[in-house]
Amino acid sequence: MKEEIVIAGFGGQGVLSMGKILAYAALMDGLEVTWMPAYGPEQRGGTANVTVILSDSPISSPVLDSYDTVVALNQQSLDKFESHVKPGGTLIYDSYGIHRRPERSDIKIHEVNAMEATFGMGNSKTYNMVVLGALLGIKELVPMEAVIKGLKKTLPERHHHLIALNEAAIERGMALVKPD
Amino acid sequence: MEETRLMKGNEAIAHAAIRYGADGYFGYPITPQSEVLETLEEQMPWETTGMVVLQAESEVAAINMVYGGASCGKAVFTSSSSPGVSLKQEGISYIAAAELPALIINVMRGGPGLGTIQPSQADYFQATKGGGHGDYRLITLAPSSVQEMADFVFLGFDLAFKYRTPAIILADGIVGQMMEKVVLPPQRARRTNEEVARQCPWAVTGKPSFRDRNIVTTLELEPAAMEVINDRLQEKYRVIEENEVRFQTYDIEDADYLLVAFGSIARICQKAVEVARSRGVKLGILRPITLWPFPSAEIERISSHVKGILVVELNAGQMIEDVRLACHDRVPVYHFGRLGGIVPNPQEVLDAFFDRFPEANS
Repeated sequence: MKEEIVIAGFGGQGVLSMGKILAYAALMDGLEVTWMPAYGPEQRGGTANVTVILSDSPISSPVLDSYDTVVALNQQSLDKFESHVKPGGTLIYDSYGIHRRPERSDIKIHEVNAMEATFGMGNSKTYNMVVLGALLGIKELVPMEAVIKGLKKTLPERHHHLIALNEAAIERGMALVKPD
Repeated sequence: MEETRLMKGNEAIAHAAIRYGADGYFGYPITPQSEVLETLEEQMPWETTGMVVLQAESEVAAINMVYGGASCGKAVFTSSSSPGVSLKQEGISYIAAAELPALIINVMRGGPGLGTIQPSQADYFQATKGGGHGDYRLITLAPSSVQEMADFVFLGFDLAFKYRTPAIILADGIVGQMMEKVVLPPQRARRTNEEVARQCPWAVTGKPSFRDRNIVTTLELEPAAMEVINDRLQEKYRVIEENEVRFQTYDIEDADYLLVAFGSIARICQKAVEVARSRGVKLGILRPITLWPFPSAEIERISSHVKGILVVELNAGQMIEDVRLACHDRVPVYHFGRLGGIVPNPQEVLDAFFDRFPEANS
């Protein structure tokens, strides 16, 4: 098993944390992981992206040119990464604020209304967890219990009372999609 | 207790140093290695092991604090990124001349000048050829994973004490900022003052009645005496060259062509090799782990049975000079590098390879 993923969006959307929780969950599930952020000045108000690789064998390059799965959370990220999905791969995008939709016919495309769903939940900070739920609903990369363990490892203890809220957001995201 | 964690390379350095039983860290923040100092401050080892953590007023102050701590036989280290490591060069030369153990960490970013905060490997010359003045060498370790960031803190300190000479971990922004699984070794106790005095009889630990004062100095105005000091240093460097060469090879047994790369770029090259092999092109990789001492003998050996070598670096061509010296121009040696903080992906490495060696495609 090897899954090469890039998650891209605006700085502040929780792209890096989402990748971190996914990476931690995979670690809890016994997989090898790399989490490689674009750590440049682009994080400040601009676009942010993180490459997460999950594998049951040692991982070579943490830097990639094509991905099994692209999660694009704004127009710039969609424009930048659509062409980098491997043929037969998966593109997940949030339709919120999108004016040019993806055009490729050789990949699986999932439009997910995660932003709208998050508004419906009344806490915009759980947006990245709704997206994570959608990703895990489409591709069963790690079991839910590993994700909860990942959340516990990632969140400082003073925020552990928020785990239930995050779990609900993940489940909300899962309900938005159908598996690949 | 040994512990498996997910963390950045910079964080792994901090955790490993505490667990090694290091006595002190002196540094000044700079991207992309600020997490070293941040993690140490967060862990507060002064409350557990008694390790000192100090944010100095500048990089120059930090390296001189290391000079002082090392003079007392303490396990001390500093970290910075390229422009900051340039500032430390005078102190590093003094530490090498005074034959003191110390660990320096450079998480390289794109230069020259203030440059960029993105990854680079353009300080190869500075680390391996002596960035400061005089005939000295640094044991130079190039980690390619978060695990090695942790492991090389132990190795770097051990080698520094074994040979009484500074060692440097020459990392890059990728391995500093990337998170991976890391197994942290069990906590070791810091050495007591008595243990330090016993293990480091040269250290300035106060004057006991049974010996003269220990003096740490690098000044010797008498040329004949200074030549003796230099000869002793060179003799030590030959011993290190003989005993401490480390490297890793992948797929070289049947390779027609060889890639040579260090640090995280070696992993990007490994992916390129996987793709090339799936297309029937027999590529192999040599990854120097010690950049000094350089694995010249192994490269010379491999060069006798490959058709060509591509050196891949995040610089304009630095390690390639050592590769060329090692294989005596027996085979064509070409370079592929990206500059200014740009990191090539595996496909770009492969494209560069086929551009330099078009005959490999047939």
